[in-house]
Amino acid sequence: MVLEAKKINKHFRKPVDFHVLKDIDLNIKNGEFVSIMGKSGCGKSTLLYILSTMDTDYEGELFIKGQKISGKTRDELSYIRNKHIGFVFQFHYLLSEFTVLENVMLPAKKLGEKSLKEIEADAMEKLRILDIEGIAYNKASNISGGQKQRVAIARALINNPSIIMGDEPTGNLDSHNAQNVFSIFKKLSVEQGLSLLIVTHDLDFAKKTDRIVEMLDGRIIS
Amino acid sequence: MNTNLLLGIAKAHLLTKIKQTLIAALGVTFGIGSYITLVSFMTGLNEMLDSLILNQTPHIHVYNEIEPSESQPIANYSDFENSMNVVKSIKPKFSQTKIHNALPLIDKLNADKRVRGALPQLNIQLFYISGSIELVGNLKGIDIMKEVDLFNFGDYIIEGAAKDLENTNSGIFLGSGVAEKMSLKVGDRIQVSTVKGGVFPLKIVGIFQSGVADLDDIQSYANLSTVQRISGVPNNYITDINVKLYDIENAPSMAKSIAYQNKLKAVDIATANAQFETGTTIRNLITYAVSVTLLIVAGFGIYNILNMLIYEKMNDIAILKATGFSGKDVQFIFLSQAMIIGIIGGLLGLLVGFLLSSLIDGIPFETEALPTIKTYPVNFDVWYYIIGISFALVSTFFAGYLPSLKARRIDPVEIIRGQ
Repeated sequence: MVLEAKKINKHFRKPVDFHVLKDIDLNIKNGEFVSIMGKSGCGKSTLLYILSTMDTDYEGELFIKGQKISGKTRDELSYIRNKHIGFVFQFHYLLSEFTVLENVMLPAKKLGEKSLKEIEADAMEKLRILDIEGIAYNKASNISGGQKQRVAIARALINNPSIIMGDEPTGNLDSHNAQNVFSIFKKLSVEQGLSLLIVTHDLDFAKKTDRIVEMLDGRIIS
Repeated sequence: MNTNLLLGIAKAHLLTKIKQTLIAALGVTFGIGSYITLVSFMTGLNEMLDSLILNQTPHIHVYNEIEPSESQPIANYSDFENSMNVVKSIKPKFSQTKIHNALPLIDKLNADKRVRGALPQLNIQLFYISGSIELVGNLKGIDIMKEVDLFNFGDYIIEGAAKDLENTNSGIFLGSGVAEKMSLKVGDRIQVSTVKGGVFPLKIVGIFQSGVADLDDIQSYANLSTVQRISGVPNNYITDINVKLYDIENAPSMAKSIAYQNKLKAVDIATANAQFETGTTIRNLITYAVSVTLLIVAGFGIYNILNMLIYEKMNDIAILKATGFSGKDVQFIFLSQAMIIGIIGGLLGLLVGFLLSSLIDGIPFETEALPTIKTYPVNFDVWYYIIGISFALVSTFFAGYLPSLKARRIDPVEIIRGQ
């Protein structure tokens, strides 16, 4: 079990008290490719940010690889995100001052477990998997939107995380690039046994995943 | 490793905003530069003005004053103890102008740890004789080399050298006013006569100018032994003792005890020149007020650019936090940017300050008061540079602290969801 959530409850207290997540139980197995679907405002992104440890304001318990996450300090959570979780957002969030390669290397440098040479080799390897090693030395601001999202995926992969989380990673891409990103995810899931948890609006995308978690008004309905 | 990584990000941010970075750094440069220039120039001027007084004035001046005795003989007569006595036309008590037991007193003062030096002087009145004309004047017998050492006498010699006086038995340093009036120059001879009579030829070995015209018109200096010989007095005959202390603060209390123990008059410098210290304090205050204002303005510049940078880099901050950088790491990035701006701006400021002070140091400035000064006085004290750079670092730290704290507290979820 990569990820385990027990009885997660969350309230938005401002401007008025709003019970946004109600008794959420969710498990993700090793190598499973899960998508979360639901209408806008159903709480699916909120759930993702709690599962990703970035949002700590909730009730309930969260386990990553069997380790209890709830109640840890911010610094410990930063380390867990760095080591165990890879992120892909709707927008790429690359640091525009740096090259593609440097962007991909950044989380690994932060983790600091490997030498600079090894990190660079790893980063080139990830870029090769995503078929974008040709733009490794381009500035992050000088590549196309589809390429940027693939760089963001490479960055999410650099520390060989236990799980990749995506918040509408294809939401900002045209169908061709969206298809491209999906097949990359699929390939990672099948070939490398990576667990994925993707929030999406796109039914076609969701249908092709191993399991669809559907949410409505703060509850998981299927 | 981690520090290098964070500094690398900080550097990249600063380099992409190179114009704003430079403007912020220039703010610091301007602040520190003008602080250095102002404080160097002001303290240079202050020192010059102080030295006008301090150099010439002993910290304690000991002498014997001619004054009426405080109690008249009738006070000792018991029959009139309870009556009111009126004594008219009291004359000053006859006493000698020389200091009694002067040489042991000087030895005792010189042995005191607080005293830098106690110098004997013999002050006499005389006439400078030029043909049939007699000019009234003062002659001071001094220990020339020690005067140079303790009272910067050398600064006022405009012709000749202190050593010449020491080596010439009947030499004299003439006041510039006297020399001008009598058309005398170094190497000439001058006749002087004492009040008691007797004419002595002296050789002019130098001209001095104190800057006080009234003094330069009458005053001359010679060796103590020469003056003692002219006046026909033994070599323990001394009228004044000038004391220089290590710490001027001790002057009033020491003056009191000297006066009390030896029944002499002892005037300390604080009493004699009370107003000059006030002037110095106020000038220093103005200097610091102006400098601090400039640095505060510079600090706001840094505060401003960092705030702007943080707004522009919200997304970067969010992704750094999402990928495992802690709040502290992010704060370090922005705080180090402030410090980089502070260090670069501050060092440039020191350089600018040094160049400007050097420039001022080179501007001609002629003053009657201090004949040895040819350009504006500037104080190149290394402490001002140390204070300057420290102040630059401290003020940029505070200017950067608040924005960096904000960056530390930014919630990445809010930014990512806000898109």
